[in-house]
Amino acid sequence: MTGAPVTTTYGDAIRLGFEYAMERDDKCFAIGQGLWSPWYVGNSMRDLDKKFGKERVIDTPVSELATTGAAVGAALNGYHPIVVHPRMDFMILAADQIVNQAAKWRHMLGGKTSPTVTIRGIVNRGGEQGAQHSQALHSWYAHIPGLRVLMPATAADARDMLSAAAQSPDPVMYIDDRWCYELEEDLPPPADVDIRSIRPAIRRPGTDVTIAAASYSVSLALQAAELLAKDGIECEVVDMRQVNPLDTDLIVQSAARTGRFVAVDGGWSTCGLAGELMACVAENVAPSQLKAPLARVTLPDAPAPTSPNLEKIYYPTAETVRARVLKMFA
Amino acid sequence: MRNFRDALGVLADPKELTGSLDLKNAPTDWLIDCYRDMTTIRRTEETIADLYVAQETRTPVHLGIGQEAVAVGVSAHLNSGDRIYSGHRGHSHYLAMHAPLRGIIAEVLGRATGSSGGMGGSMHLYAPESGFHGSVPIVGATIPIAVGAGIACKMDGKGQVAVCYFGDGACEEGVLHESLNLARVMDLPVLFVCENNLYSSHLDIHLRQPSNSVARFAQAHEIDRRVVDGNDVMSVAEAASDLIASARAGNGPGFIEAVTFRWRGHVGPNADIDVGVRRSPDELAAWKNRDPVRRLVDALVNDRGIDKARFEKIDAEINAEIADAVDFARSSDYPESRVLMDYVYAGDAS
Repeated sequence: MTGAPVTTTYGDAIRLGFEYAMERDDKCFAIGQGLWSPWYVGNSMRDLDKKFGKERVIDTPVSELATTGAAVGAALNGYHPIVVHPRMDFMILAADQIVNQAAKWRHMLGGKTSPTVTIRGIVNRGGEQGAQHSQALHSWYAHIPGLRVLMPATAADARDMLSAAAQSPDPVMYIDDRWCYELEEDLPPPADVDIRSIRPAIRRPGTDVTIAAASYSVSLALQAAELLAKDGIECEVVDMRQVNPLDTDLIVQSAARTGRFVAVDGGWSTCGLAGELMACVAENVAPSQLKAPLARVTLPDAPAPTSPNLEKIYYPTAETVRARVLKMFA
Repeated sequence: MRNFRDALGVLADPKELTGSLDLKNAPTDWLIDCYRDMTTIRRTEETIADLYVAQETRTPVHLGIGQEAVAVGVSAHLNSGDRIYSGHRGHSHYLAMHAPLRGIIAEVLGRATGSSGGMGGSMHLYAPESGFHGSVPIVGATIPIAVGAGIACKMDGKGQVAVCYFGDGACEEGVLHESLNLARVMDLPVLFVCENNLYSSHLDIHLRQPSNSVARFAQAHEIDRRVVDGNDVMSVAEAASDLIASARAGNGPGFIEAVTFRWRGHVGPNADIDVGVRRSPDELAAWKNRDPVRRLVDALVNDRGIDKARFEKIDAEINAEIADAVDFARSSDYPESRVLMDYVYAGDAS
């Protein structure tokens, strides 16, 4: 492959991640519902079945649990399957295989084996889809030792984290968000990434307040930072990238420097990722270094509504984030 | 229960099928091996029960004493390249693949030398070098995992098969049906083996299903099936031979329903005659009269002229092996403290 960067959307980048993973490893295959007619998942899997054949891009019956279990089983037998759940809500039907099996086989069998499976869960919100088509459940899976949970916020990460997941020695939940699919970025050719090297990254440096987020919430934080710059507030935006295991060194250092910390998350508040990030900052940054109480921006603790007027107040926007940050300076 | 269908007939009636086995033209050496394997399983599980009573272990033990013929009959047609999975009552499936005796005893005693490094206990056994790829107690959980192992076997293209053992209770889990369907539509080399011992943890099958035969689920998914006397190693082996050969040849999955009975309770060393709605001392005594080991011994004595001394010699060898395994386990260390965290994720990249 030649080296010229190519402008690529997040959705296309996911497809490129599949292509790279499957080209470099004949033990990698994709399995899930809709893979022979992948309109469900934007452009993120277009024509993969034509490129790699229906033996390696496997469309399945309407059986989330057995399909995920089968991917775990193939993983335990030397393969690197990527099982696709076009909506996270339906992935709940596979929870036993994810939580009880994939996450635990290494530990409970004495480190002698590992289900090297990638479980791709897609967050697909808005559009009046309502309570059972809109959930972002990353905090559940971040709670489970043994799983790696990746949440790409950029096109580069969407591609490279997927191929890293396919080569991971641990089971991975890879969560992408349809609201990110049109993000564009100039991408260099793909390269191998060791999943164990993935660390949080500063997406925008700043001096006045630290905003930590993952996935689509990073976009919100960056948009809010643009607005806040006009208000004279310089935000440092940290992309967590992997939310389990959680590396909080960077947000602790950043919050100690800026003195203010806001966590932005597309999940619910109670026992969620935002609260966990705040707790880590609270545990590790001396109160004397903080200029304002810690804060978070999350969904309200309610199921997703369908009516458009309710959707408008349900999902945080850049303006919501801006308003919360401004309160810290009041 | 109204409208209950006794589809198993004599197979579920312990007053029937209690006599000496029909050995047909099975080789005597193989039959002797079956005796050795079944006796190893029984004595090992009795030893585990004793260790539990002596409080040398508190890990929950689900004993399959009385069900030994199923694993031994199926394993007769398996080899270490196959992928065998099991559930909570998995000792027999592990031992029938000749996985290490020291490994299972040490695992039950929580030692680092156990089959799972002392991290699993009785319910999480692992000996892939013997073909035994893992057992877990979430009912039905290894069924789709075996289907995935079947995908791997098919992709590998070496004629290997995946096997999953489960009980009649697991047939009430939705995942069985998803898995049977997936294995059929993908034509995977998977053998589903249901040990129908007529009880879930405590409820008689009459109180849980409208029929006592679970092979009807295989029929619903167009899967080739056999319903056999699970206390007859000959019958089990014959069914396994057909279905495993078919799976190896690329003809897709098979299903064996082996009707049997456990002599101990759902969990722990006791007979549990006070547990369950119908499990009575009379019923248990009747089933002990359909003893899979005794029926094989009777046939070997009557039809093949094997004398008592031969069995006694084998028994002595087995007892010595088990004593060695117990000594080995007792003298082994518990896992190091560091592994509590070390085994959660793979180590750093080297």
